[in-house]
Amino acid sequence: MAFISRSSPHAYTAGTTGTVMLTVLLATLPGIVVLTFYFGLGTIFNLLTALLFCLGFEALALQARKKPITFYLKDCSAAVTAVLLALALPPYSPWWLMATGCFFAIVVAKQLYGGLGFNPFNPAMVGYIVLLISFPLEMSQWAAPASINDNQSLPSLLESLRQVFAVQAFDGYTAATPLDILKQNTSLELSELYASTPAFSQGRWAGAAWEWVNLSFLLGGVFLLYKKVFTWHAPVAMLTTLALCATIFYDGGSSSSTGSPLFHLFSGATMLGAFFIVTDPVSSAVSNRGRLIYGALIGILVFVIRVWGNYPDAIAFAVLLMNFAAPFIDYYTKPTTYGHGANK
Amino acid sequence: MRPVFSIHGGVHPPENKAQSTAEPIAVIPLAKHFILPLNQHIGAAAQAIVTLGQKVLKGEVLAEAQGLVSAPVHAPTSGEIIAIEERPVPHPSGLSALSIVLQADGKDQWTELSPIEDYHAHAPQHLLEIVRNAGIAGMGGAGFPTAVKLNPRSDQHVSTLILNGTECEPYITADDVLMRERAEEIVAGAELLAYLLKQPKDILIGVEDNKPQAIEALQKAAQNSSVEIVSFPTKYPSGGEKQLIEILTGKQVPSGAIPATIGIVVQNVGTVLAAWRAVRYGEPLLSRITTIVGDSLAKQRNIDVPLGTPIEHILKEHGWQQERCARIVIGGPMMGFAIDHADVPVIKTTNCVLVPSTEEMPAQPPAQACIRCGMCAEACPASLLPQQLLWYSQSENHEQLRSHNLFDCIECGACSYVCPSNIPLVQYYRASKGEIRKQDQEKEKSDRSRLRFESRKTRIEKAEAEKEAKRLARKKAAEEAKKIQAEKAKLKQSDSGESNIVSAAIAAASEKAVDPEKEKAKLERAFSSAESRVSRAKEQLQKAQDEGADDSRIESLKARLKQAEQKLNEAQNKLAEFANRAPATSERVLQKLAASPQEKVEKAIASVEKRLASAEEKLAEARENNSPTLAALEQGVAKLKEKLEQNRSELAQVKAESGTSTPSQTATQTEDLTLNAAQQAIEKAKAKAAAQANLSAEEKQAQQLESLLSRLEKAKQRLQKAEAENNENVDAFRMGVDKLQAKLDQAQAAQKENSEVGS
Repeated sequence: MAFISRSSPHAYTAGTTGTVMLTVLLATLPGIVVLTFYFGLGTIFNLLTALLFCLGFEALALQARKKPITFYLKDCSAAVTAVLLALALPPYSPWWLMATGCFFAIVVAKQLYGGLGFNPFNPAMVGYIVLLISFPLEMSQWAAPASINDNQSLPSLLESLRQVFAVQAFDGYTAATPLDILKQNTSLELSELYASTPAFSQGRWAGAAWEWVNLSFLLGGVFLLYKKVFTWHAPVAMLTTLALCATIFYDGGSSSSTGSPLFHLFSGATMLGAFFIVTDPVSSAVSNRGRLIYGALIGILVFVIRVWGNYPDAIAFAVLLMNFAAPFIDYYTKPTTYGHGANK
Repeated sequence: MRPVFSIHGGVHPPENKAQSTAEPIAVIPLAKHFILPLNQHIGAAAQAIVTLGQKVLKGEVLAEAQGLVSAPVHAPTSGEIIAIEERPVPHPSGLSALSIVLQADGKDQWTELSPIEDYHAHAPQHLLEIVRNAGIAGMGGAGFPTAVKLNPRSDQHVSTLILNGTECEPYITADDVLMRERAEEIVAGAELLAYLLKQPKDILIGVEDNKPQAIEALQKAAQNSSVEIVSFPTKYPSGGEKQLIEILTGKQVPSGAIPATIGIVVQNVGTVLAAWRAVRYGEPLLSRITTIVGDSLAKQRNIDVPLGTPIEHILKEHGWQQERCARIVIGGPMMGFAIDHADVPVIKTTNCVLVPSTEEMPAQPPAQACIRCGMCAEACPASLLPQQLLWYSQSENHEQLRSHNLFDCIECGACSYVCPSNIPLVQYYRASKGEIRKQDQEKEKSDRSRLRFESRKTRIEKAEAEKEAKRLARKKAAEEAKKIQAEKAKLKQSDSGESNIVSAAIAAASEKAVDPEKEKAKLERAFSSAESRVSRAKEQLQKAQDEGADDSRIESLKARLKQAEQKLNEAQNKLAEFANRAPATSERVLQKLAASPQEKVEKAIASVEKRLASAEEKLAEARENNSPTLAALEQGVAKLKEKLEQNRSELAQVKAESGTSTPSQTATQTEDLTLNAAQQAIEKAKAKAAAQANLSAEEKQAQQLESLLSRLEKAKQRLQKAEAENNENVDAFRMGVDKLQAKLDQAQAAQKENSEVGS
């Protein structure tokens, strides 16, 4: 009897890329729950449509590329892209918006480059940017959090369906996010602004609902760190430089204030970006030193674009810009191989 | 406690060590046949020195080492050699290799051994020879001949000796049980190695902290010795030589270098034990401890197994259920290799036979795309970037592979182990390394052939150029010859006697004078050609006169002769002039010669003075240390002093001499002498020539005859003398005489003929 002859190692860790991706999906659960709690079923609809389109496009693209479909779908990378895109878009996004975003994320940003592992840019962020530039109106319609939407309750299931399938849009469910409010504020001192705007007055330190959304993503991120899905370097570097920039430019709360460090850390997509976008291994720098630089620069870019740019939030732009720089960073941050450095 | 350092990366695979450590080291019944590959080590294969059918005793040499990096092979038991042929060997490629097959007679009868009670009484070189002849090669898995490693280059002082008892691979416990059961011998072996390496400062045994029993046993054994047991946290691959060095010393072995360059030698504990037994008991390496483990066995343990035992035999002794077995791995699950048949033998490097069940080691799922998660880079103990290496391996970008230090990969498998996409990374690296090595070889080969081609081309070109030059020269010569022939056609008459002798004399004279060979040769050529022209002209003239040619022709021939004679004169003058000039060039030589004795002596004095100084220094030192060589040194100094005196007096003498005749004077004198000699020779030759010119042909012949007779006489005398003295050149003399006799006969015949014609 001839035994199989294969080369070492013969042992390996249990689990596959699919398990890694599923862990990431699991870690988004707290965020999804909190989002749904504050913004209603819109998040769930987003997730469903995004999963549908992303997996569909992935399957079609694989079919076109003559690759085994189930084998590749099982790596769950398309599902992760779908979930991240769904969480990044405003709840109750119409189906065609989602379809466009998913097409650009999966087909253009990922499969055209050769599929998982070969995409230089984060697919979800590419989809998001395409939509943000093409459909600015739809992209700025964030639902108002339930807690501050006094006049109206959250949209019902039927209303949601109508909205999503673009049969009939319902009015008055949107509201400016804290980032929008701060950006547009030119007259009020920060303390006055906080007192007069429900988006701030109902929150504790960074705006109603959003601080909890961010905290829940932070929780998911810590879980992933604990699971060793990624290393701490990139997210910690990003949050550190963002907080640092905010601290340096914080003027104590004048009318032209850029916002407090806490505000920046717990507003918008900061935590989602730090733990779920920046940590995308495929499009980031590879070495730990490289990831520190990569993360730190994203943090700075986020602050710069938020404060001096045209868009209220900046995670997607910052990440895509640094995706460009990742190979360059890799080139200069090769670790010293054993026996090549000076002896200690 | 000695501080330990941490290494980059590493993984913690399930240890799986408990299965095989429950029982003490066991021995299994002897196999019927033993297969002993001739190459069980790194380096040149041994060469068989036994013949088919030969009966051998246990411990007898079967094959001798070839060259320095090689190891002999011994008979693991007594029996008969039944085959020397290709047999499958434990190798990842499944190759067969030349092996000696021994049929055991079951008596297990030892050959005579020569134990050494106290190795301190022997020189390290002698003990190294014993280790070498015992066939010991690294038993941790690499199989590098131990004696070579224990004999570092003279410029590498070993300050740290490390015994590797790490055994970081899962499943393997051979070193663990060895340390538990034979700690005293390991410590004794460590001391032996320290003796061989001229007592390094630190003697360390590195053991991972998952072997508490081994550590305890070693510590007990090392109580009264300078051997230090160092334990450190368990992590794969801490047992890699380079990794262990970093853990214990904090130093890194430079890339491409061996540990000895930073003063470290690492030996596996099993190897050390084998070296100790070889020296103390004279036992060559005949057996080793091997872990027999895996769920497809009824019994899992460590055995002390004779080398050459077929693995099949071992597995049968342990209740192997072949149908449950997933694969047969030689070595551990991280770095071991799978073999496809169990008919291969245990060799010097076989530390483990792992036969897991299919549940224990299921087939790996198919590889997925790399998601650049970087877990491999985290795990890499060499701080490489495995995913970049994978990328470049796939695209066969060898340049980038090199610049990402592919060749620093130790193939530990940590990256493949952690890869969530199940990519066989190490396999990619092995393939790329192989490809690059092959490419390098091919490049070297093509470089060599290009060089060969280019040098051949230049050689051919050179030959062509030479041919062309020769052709041109020939053409010129032919033209000249034509000219001469044209002249010749007009000239006749000859008489050669005079010029011949003169030319010979002049040649001799100019030889006496020291001169540049070339110029002399040139002048001589000019002279001899002029001379031959004269002789030919004379011949033609004579002929014309004899034949009674008309006057006008004779006139013209006479004119030609005169011209030729003039030219001859000219050449002669030139030659004479040259002979005068020559001494001038010799002046320098003479000066040097004249000056040198003084200089020589002065130099000698300087060197003796120097030697004396150093000798005196040594003497002083010896006096201080009361060295036993004191007397000898004193004698040496006295002798040197004597020599110095002698040299000084010589110098004085030389100086005095040079005072009486200065170099320049000597030179002028010599010059004058040479000049005179040349002139005298020329005068003589001229006189002779003149005298001969007046002689008739008969007279000339008579003279020749006379001279030949006298020469013959002389030669005969010499021969007689030689015969009397029994000289070894007798034959040569005899031949000379015979030749002269022949010449004489000829001359006499010619004379007779001449006189007949004359009458």
